[in-house]
Amino acid sequence: MKSTIVATVPPALQVDDSAPGDRWLTVDMTVNGVPRMLRAPAHRTLLEALREDLGLTGTKHGCELGECGACTVLVDGQPRLGCLTLLASVEGRTVTTVEGLGTTAEPHPLQVAFVDRGAAQCGYCTGGMLLTAAALLADNADPTEAEVRAALAGNLCRCTGYASIVAAVRQAARMVAGGASHPRSGAQG
Amino acid sequence: MLHLPSFRYLAPRSLSEAVGLLAELGAEAQLLAGGTDLLPLLKRGQLSPRYLVALAGVPELSGIRTAAEATVRDGSGLTLGALTSIAELTRQPVLRRHFPVIGHAASLIATPTLRSMGTLGGNLCLDTRCTYVNRSPLWREAAGDCLKCTGDVCRVAPGDDRCWAAVSSDLAPAMIALDAQIRIAGPRGERVIPAEALYRDDGLSHLTLSAGEIVVDVQLLRPTGVCASYMKLRPRASFDFPSLGVAVALRMAKDECENARVVVGAVASRPLRIAEAEVILTGHVPTAERLSAAADAVHRAIRPMDNVDLPPGYRRQVARVFTERALQHALRQVPARAGANGALTPGRQN
Amino acid sequence: MSSTGSTRTPDFTIIGHRRSKVDAWPKVTGRANYADDLPFAHLLYARLLRSPHAHARIRAIDATRALAVPGVTAVISGADLPVPYGILPVSQDEHGLAVDKVRFVGDPVAAIAAEDEETADHAMGLIVVDYDVLTACMTVDEALSATGDPIHANGKANNVHKRVALEFGAVEAAFEAAAHVREDLFFYGGSNHLALEEHAAVAEYSPDGRLTLWSSTQTPHYVQRALAKALQLPERRVRVVASVIGGGFGGKTEALPHEVAAARLAMITGRPVKCRLSREEVFYSHRGRHPMHVQLRAAARVDGTLTGLHVRTVLDGGAYGSYGVASTYYSGALPPATYRLPAYRFEGARVFTNKPPCGPKRGHGTPQPRFGLEVLLDKLAEDLGLDPLAIRLKNLVAEDSVTVNHLRVTSCGLRACLERVADASGFLDKHRRLPRGEGVGLAASCYLSGAALPIYWNGLPHTTVHIQADRTGTVHVACGATDIGQGSDSVLASLVAEVLGLDLVDIQLDTADTALAAVDLGSYSSRVTFMMGNAALRAAENLREQVLCAVGRELHLPTHRLILHSGQVALRDERSPIMSWPDALQLTQASGAVLAASGTYAPPPLAGPYKGAGVGPSPAYSYSACVVHVNVDAETGQVVPSEVWLAHDGGRALNPTQVEGQIEGGVYMGLGEALWEEQSFRGPLHAGPTALDYKTPTALDMPIVHCLLVETDDREGPFGAKEVGQGPLLPVPPAVANAVYDAVGVRVDEVPITPDKVLRALDRQARGQPARHGPRRFPDIAYPPLTVVEPPAGAPQL
Repeated sequence: MKSTIVATVPPALQVDDSAPGDRWLTVDMTVNGVPRMLRAPAHRTLLEALREDLGLTGTKHGCELGECGACTVLVDGQPRLGCLTLLASVEGRTVTTVEGLGTTAEPHPLQVAFVDRGAAQCGYCTGGMLLTAAALLADNADPTEAEVRAALAGNLCRCTGYASIVAAVRQAARMVAGGASHPRSGAQG
Repeated sequence: MLHLPSFRYLAPRSLSEAVGLLAELGAEAQLLAGGTDLLPLLKRGQLSPRYLVALAGVPELSGIRTAAEATVRDGSGLTLGALTSIAELTRQPVLRRHFPVIGHAASLIATPTLRSMGTLGGNLCLDTRCTYVNRSPLWREAAGDCLKCTGDVCRVAPGDDRCWAAVSSDLAPAMIALDAQIRIAGPRGERVIPAEALYRDDGLSHLTLSAGEIVVDVQLLRPTGVCASYMKLRPRASFDFPSLGVAVALRMAKDECENARVVVGAVASRPLRIAEAEVILTGHVPTAERLSAAADAVHRAIRPMDNVDLPPGYRRQVARVFTERALQHALRQVPARAGANGALTPGRQN
Repeated sequence: MSSTGSTRTPDFTIIGHRRSKVDAWPKVTGRANYADDLPFAHLLYARLLRSPHAHARIRAIDATRALAVPGVTAVISGADLPVPYGILPVSQDEHGLAVDKVRFVGDPVAAIAAEDEETADHAMGLIVVDYDVLTACMTVDEALSATGDPIHANGKANNVHKRVALEFGAVEAAFEAAAHVREDLFFYGGSNHLALEEHAAVAEYSPDGRLTLWSSTQTPHYVQRALAKALQLPERRVRVVASVIGGGFGGKTEALPHEVAAARLAMITGRPVKCRLSREEVFYSHRGRHPMHVQLRAAARVDGTLTGLHVRTVLDGGAYGSYGVASTYYSGALPPATYRLPAYRFEGARVFTNKPPCGPKRGHGTPQPRFGLEVLLDKLAEDLGLDPLAIRLKNLVAEDSVTVNHLRVTSCGLRACLERVADASGFLDKHRRLPRGEGVGLAASCYLSGAALPIYWNGLPHTTVHIQADRTGTVHVACGATDIGQGSDSVLASLVAEVLGLDLVDIQLDTADTALAAVDLGSYSSRVTFMMGNAALRAAENLREQVLCAVGRELHLPTHRLILHSGQVALRDERSPIMSWPDALQLTQASGAVLAASGTYAPPPLAGPYKGAGVGPSPAYSYSACVVHVNVDAETGQVVPSEVWLAHDGGRALNPTQVEGQIEGGVYMGLGEALWEEQSFRGPLHAGPTALDYKTPTALDMPIVHCLLVETDDREGPFGAKEVGQGPLLPVPPAVANAVYDAVGVRVDEVPITPDKVLRALDRQARGQPARHGPRRFPDIAYPPLTVVEPPAGAPQL
């Protein structure tokens, strides 16, 4: 069930030549459990591919230079900044975006906790926070307050002062420990 | 949205293939490791390589290996592949046990996600940085582009004829303090140099790598009795590059310091070994007066420029304080001195 | 963590309880559509060409080569947008693209529409602009003494934008008679909002002449007005829809160049045009905190009673007016609403400089003088041998009083806030008693719950809520109010649901769309809960009345015996359900009613009888008090905030989770300004227009924040509620400064309190010199002659 998506070709790129290396790449990856094949210019970032080629706009941009964390996604379960990741480098890998973090029937405990704690005010940092926290909980099931803050130290938030976010992450950890279902981040399909 | 400029992408599968490609493509090629330094440079138009050579698939650059041969005075050795992630450096058990200063310096770099993406080689080879350099084309046009980009004047020191962009690596001072050995592969074969020799004090060209050379790995040897410490000054507890980095390493024999290294980062285009401070410490018992004198020597020796966060005069003052504290912290690790007092004073010790 | 000291709590189902926000699920699943997420077919992308000069005349613009690039559809310049606009009627000094002159590095001068941004970027480099460079003024002093071209030709002399001088009560007499006079100088640095979502807008123009703009904006109505003016369209043919907004904080409260340019390009090309700003461009769009010079002089009795206060401010306005005239008035408005002052003089001025324009940022012109006043009170207390708590308690403004500058104070929980925060933090046990390097500082403040006067004079409601219901039980609520993340949609739904006895999920909202909802002035001045809330209550109560009357008639029961509860009509006393909500609606409709109700709100007339009185009055003020505990490294000057207590009187916490969230966010932003953030310049250039160089605190920089909710149940607030969006930020910077003094005995009378400043003051201390770092002089500005205003009857007297 693969779908091939061809990225938009800016007019300036419509010239081809026979120099070494590839100007265009075909990249196979799995995004939120769905196999995808994208043919895109080599300079396409994962952020651009997700938002503009796949229409997955849940991953946000706040600076595009790796200075805010808003574009955090999971690649093979590990947090990566989409703005500094070439699409080429996720060949054969599994990508999880916020849209793939849980389902309506079974939201991720972090999502439940964020809703419960008011941890999404404007919501723009939320996707990045959720995915970074999901990776943390997959690695450390019972993080202390300090460990949560350290894990989220690369995700800026301008609304919450981080307090409700940290509380939500710890609440989610308790929920999981108490038996709430916990889909393993990034590792499904 | 900021976009990357277009380029042609190559992904060699071996070190020899990578070296061959660089030789073939010449100055129009840039190496891509984690990409966390390179991609922003491209997005800001500071570099526009025709080719990106991705190193992720080169096996010789990965892995952490314990040295087979015995090293000086029965210490243990460790070889770290250049593609080792910064995050891995913070976690690696042998590093933590025998070279804790490396893991500590690594833990102070950037953010958790950037540490997962960034590499040892990438951090050692980080481009020099400056307020006038790491800027968009509009900004640099408005400022008058500088020596490091397309202009011909250093905006930080207009009277000088050199570029003062600051070395921005946190690992480099620590590696130099421990006299790490860097293996380099290039068109003329392999060579191994001490970490110190990787750098020159020129903001434009601060790495001594020749055309087509690639950092392969870093070897750490551990003579017994070496204690080390690294302190980083930055405005926030995350994200920020060093405004100052002070690394010290002392090889102790009983009460005496047999050999001292004091290395300061972010105050020049290369990490600076402060010989004047090392002389004060080497061959002597590290008394409080000696530590203070060494710290004074660092203060006198460095000339930070107004090109990174925090004012240069302030960074000089803190260099004195951090040198003293780093030395105290290092000495507290020595078993014989384990009773030494002194809780670290509050504040961002880093 | 929080505790609520509430007044009698009626039996609410939703109000006062912790509830999830109505927009929480879309936000945590990545389904909330921000402006750059909205899907459009056949989109063109626009980019703005910006000036590399801080001040220059535009001689010519040649876009020929740019237009020839394949994929470029249009290029426009100031000539295509000749009609000026501006948020304030008195400050119509902006064009979407610069006309005649550019006034700061980053000032937009042309706009290009192309098939994609990369093509637009490439073509932008081919536009040739011929500039005549003029001398730039980068500081207030430079601007005031400039002899070359003024930044605005029709401004006052010496680049002065606005001056004000007001006196209430016998000020000189108060100073002459005072036992103690204290004068201090302060400087508060400028800062950016750094909303995480970069500005973005999409404009579409239909063939039959209707313009729609989807935008990340806090004020659709004001943007609609400005677009209509700039594009010369009737307002009714301009529709502005605020998308989900990723933070505003005042940076998105007026029509901005990228919106105006996108709209013009849409009209020219006939295709939807998207313009999104990079992070650097957001620093150029700015409209942030004015750098402000503050001079304060206070007169007091020996026992600490304040007898007079003189405030002087100079605002560094940047290149355009924006809200700046209002900011200027705000810089002198609130001291008498916090402390009882029988004599008050305020002189303020705003000066143009060649920098990105300043405007409203959370607190709007009040954090800066607040910083000065709360630090001065600390110093005054020390002069007089009082503690910081005592001197404030001695001077609190009275509840239900009127100030010398004609502000009406209603509910005032400032005493409770101060006492609670001092108690929770153990302030008096710690102040002046902690080991060197540790300290605690206290400060108080107040803020408006919405400006009592609209930005453009009119006698119309500030907000309207329409409610429509139907036989299915659906309740549809429409209001132009704009949720910027502060949760106003949730407040709206909660209030209506409470009155109608429904669940939050049963309320359908249409907000922030000028076509689908009636005018609400927007999310600024902390007006939305209070004003939208009151309108919502009126509408909901009206609908409830219609329904209960119809049911009562049908069942022969008096209306007063019926309530709406849990989706039912029920008997009040027994709570026993007698008819479902849908059945009741059908019954009501069958009896001939329309099942619709509206509510409006306009504040009561509150402005005093003097020019400038329109800024400052509010139907209610919130109050806050803060204690900050810091650790200061006396060898490096580094200041680490380790714990913050903030008590806030917001009237009633409609939703404690949301209220605490605003407190935590306000404290965070206050700490950011206090210790790290600065919109600073290197010559003509922004020193660091990036998210890395602009230092906003991370999760590791933030201390624990204790939220203490004080409830005074304001008689005019919806269910007693007042604002919480801006107040909690205000006392934080001065509390930090006071804490630093407590820790190491040095005064930093300047914000941000960076470690180099602390160290400089510590060095002076070590040398036996006055241990202060701060401004030594005040800009050389001439204020106009004082307008002496008679205080109102009942105002404090000596």
